[in-house]
Amino acid sequence: MGKIPKEMQIEMLKKILEIRRFEERAVQYYQRSKIWGYLHPYIGEEAVAVGACMAINKEDYIISTHRGHGHAIAKGADLNKMMAELFGKSTGYCKGRGGSMHIADTELGMLGANGIVGGGLPISVGAGFSCKMEKKGRVTICFFGDGAANNGVFHEALNMSAIFKLPVIYICENNLYAISMCSRESVAGNDIAGRSKSYGIPGYKVDGSDVIAMHEAVEKAVDYARKGNGPSLIEAQTYRFFGHHPNDPAAYRPKEEAENEKANRDCLKNFKQKLVNDKIITEEQFNEMDKEIEKRIDAAVEFAENSPEPELEKFLERVALNQ
Amino acid sequence: MREIEYREAIKEAIIEEMDRDPKVFLLGEDIGVYGGAFRAYKGLLEKYGPERVVNTPISEQAIVGGAVGAALTGYRPVAEIMFVDFCTLAMDQIVNQAAKINFMTGDALHVPMVLRTQGGSGTGIAAQHSQSLESWFYHIPGLKLVMPATPYDVKGLLKTAIRDNDPVVFIEHKTLYLNKGPVPEEEYTIPFGVADVKREGSDITIFAYSAMLLKALAAAEELAKEGISCEVIDPRTLVPLDTDTLINSVKKTNRLVIVSEAVERGSVASDILAIVNDKAFDYLDAPVKRVCGLNTAIPYNSKLEKACIPTKESIIDAVKEIV
Repeated sequence: MGKIPKEMQIEMLKKILEIRRFEERAVQYYQRSKIWGYLHPYIGEEAVAVGACMAINKEDYIISTHRGHGHAIAKGADLNKMMAELFGKSTGYCKGRGGSMHIADTELGMLGANGIVGGGLPISVGAGFSCKMEKKGRVTICFFGDGAANNGVFHEALNMSAIFKLPVIYICENNLYAISMCSRESVAGNDIAGRSKSYGIPGYKVDGSDVIAMHEAVEKAVDYARKGNGPSLIEAQTYRFFGHHPNDPAAYRPKEEAENEKANRDCLKNFKQKLVNDKIITEEQFNEMDKEIEKRIDAAVEFAENSPEPELEKFLERVALNQ
Repeated sequence: MREIEYREAIKEAIIEEMDRDPKVFLLGEDIGVYGGAFRAYKGLLEKYGPERVVNTPISEQAIVGGAVGAALTGYRPVAEIMFVDFCTLAMDQIVNQAAKINFMTGDALHVPMVLRTQGGSGTGIAAQHSQSLESWFYHIPGLKLVMPATPYDVKGLLKTAIRDNDPVVFIEHKTLYLNKGPVPEEEYTIPFGVADVKREGSDITIFAYSAMLLKALAAAEELAKEGISCEVIDPRTLVPLDTDTLINSVKKTNRLVIVSEAVERGSVASDILAIVNDKAFDYLDAPVKRVCGLNTAIPYNSKLEKACIPTKESIIDAVKEIV
């Protein structure tokens, strides 16, 4: 493992910032009704996706969730195609057919976000079979939430991955709330990582606001998987700064809790401060980075706005093919 | 031509495809040494080893998800769900994942998997092991649906299913496994969406699939003695459906009886009736009759069980009503 090189730390900060700014903009356009349907901002949880995805390679797979923009961006998704998909345009990742909850790309190894809580867990078993059979050392990261940890698929997937020693890293993003249901009240034992013991696999409880801690834990799990030892379960303790969606005031959670999280466990603020303190970057360099990212997001919005809608005729042709 | 059992035809198709394509593998419950609940896979574990014949725990969601994930990452899994009744446990993976991934990702991802299962009544195993649930899958865009009745068809269609790039639900019938029929030694496949006229006739068309095809043929044989000439059409695949063969036959005979073991309410049979109404109403000389399962769960007692599904006699009665 060892110390993370400076350049990589800067890259981590950049990715966190990229996700934060992308999501801020997505929320803006959601509120202006340019983006409709559902939007689940990842703001507050960025360190989980960035720490995890920077511990794997391009050819490794990830399986994402309904709150999936951060995973896709951390895995290297193109911001233009992401934004275009949110705008429902033909140039988006899913040609406007999927929207926020279904972004997928073979080249990225992004096996899809998912509109069904826990829907990706069984799929991870199959990706795990592939990785194992191919014998190329590939691994799969399966992200899911605290809500999914209470679904039956959690058990089926972890049990099966464990008995077949599949190279899958299960990352539970415990942001404390499954829509409004608090995991303190919904998770028996209140210890998702501890459930790993039942499957005889390693379990880690990690501060999900600490990108370095996340990266270290995932690196350990990846190494374990690549060596053929099988899956690990990582519980990332994280927090979403918004409610379930931008218009959810999150009245179900204590005000002080949210204020405290935002003030003290903001992965962007904290990691930036750390890099400034460690003299890895300066305030000026950070501001430059921020400007550059904002510019790329401006361009993504412009690309999305100027992109054509999907053609109805083409869509109907496809429908007709499947009769 | 040599004659082999329906289940041997299944095994031959699997062996030929596994030998042809190293990406084909099997997963399901009790498919190891046990050889599958209906022994269709006997000897395959010894032949291909546990990596390609994956004997899974009782985890229907992880079995189907395992197939979905492997299909997404370059493999061609054949997942077995022991009874179609148990597909209820995996419906999220079938309906929300397998059927929709290609569509909602804008064709970015493909799911070339086969879900092999079997259904139907006739063996006294009561309400949770005897259902005919094909209309559930028929209803879902994105799934292909195959229901072969003969050893010849089951082999040729299973090979096609494995080579298909979309998810295929392949429903066998538990009373057919030991039936023998002619199957050529040389390799062949059967395209989807091509019905087979199992018996030519001129007075009336009988549309029947899976085990009901055999009853329809028996009825036709008996009716022939009374001078009624029945044309018996086996669609073989319900999705895609060969409507042309059906409509052409109806245009010739001007009469139609649809036979299906599934309960009548909300059935494939009802949809076939609607299709004929749309496309051949002017050619009909009598109302179309449906001979279907009663709107009930399947009872255990043999006398009661038989009364719930079509029989040779009930098909004959329906034919005589409109000829």
